[in-house]
Amino acid sequence: MSLTTPLNKVLGLGTAKSGVEHWWAQRLTAVALAPLGLWFAIAMLRFETLAYAEVVAWLRDPVTAILLLMTIGIVVYHSYLGVQAVVEDYVESKGAKLVAVVSSAFGHVFLLVAAVFAVLKVAFGGA
Amino acid sequence: MAGVERPVSPHAGIYSWEITNTLSIIHRLTGVALSIGLLVVVCWLVALASGPETYARVHALYSATWFKLPLLGWTFCLFYHLANGIRHLFWDLGLGFGHAQIRASGWAVVITAVVATGAYGALAIW
Repeated sequence: MSLTTPLNKVLGLGTAKSGVEHWWAQRLTAVALAPLGLWFAIAMLRFETLAYAEVVAWLRDPVTAILLLMTIGIVVYHSYLGVQAVVEDYVESKGAKLVAVVSSAFGHVFLLVAAVFAVLKVAFGGA
Repeated sequence: MAGVERPVSPHAGIYSWEITNTLSIIHRLTGVALSIGLLVVVCWLVALASGPETYARVHALYSATWFKLPLLGWTFCLFYHLANGIRHLFWDLGLGFGHAQIRASGWAVVITAVVATGAYGALAIW
């Protein structure tokens, strides 16, 4: 005998109240980050001096800007999901857990907006 | 109900320390470290967008001798998390769960991360 309601059976949901979205999003972003992370690491290695003009010229290249924006968006999401999992596992008190997860969410949105704005500004020639 | 001695399930503390759980913990630690490293990268990008003077100050900090240690640390975290992440993805496909396989892939991850970090550090300095 199953105690799962017909609706939950169809939705594939158990007592956790939510399905595999978190797990799946973490995996999808991981798959995308394997090549993008390597690309970023190699790009950092290829700079001569990392001087202002050199980095600006690098970001003005549309391919760089596009790849970097994708990397930023995906890495911020992956980081948010990972930090959330760690907080939920190790922070015991409910209040502290809520504060930590919400702070992490706000922090990650801030990082995302700041980085995207910075890349676009430089790429469009504003710096 | 206070003070009632309830039976508890075996806690993590009674299990022997293995390469598998060690690498799992390191995966989480490197993940958290990389989240902090993300902050450093975003600061770098915002400094770049703020103009040459601001960028010069951040560049001076990031290229300081003492800063090479944390940078090398983040490099290790990146390669470790990447290699072990791929190991996790194979598990998600249902592959590599045998006892011998799980230890071999674990050591492969450690060796890959150490060698890649060494090579990257050498190339970056050179």
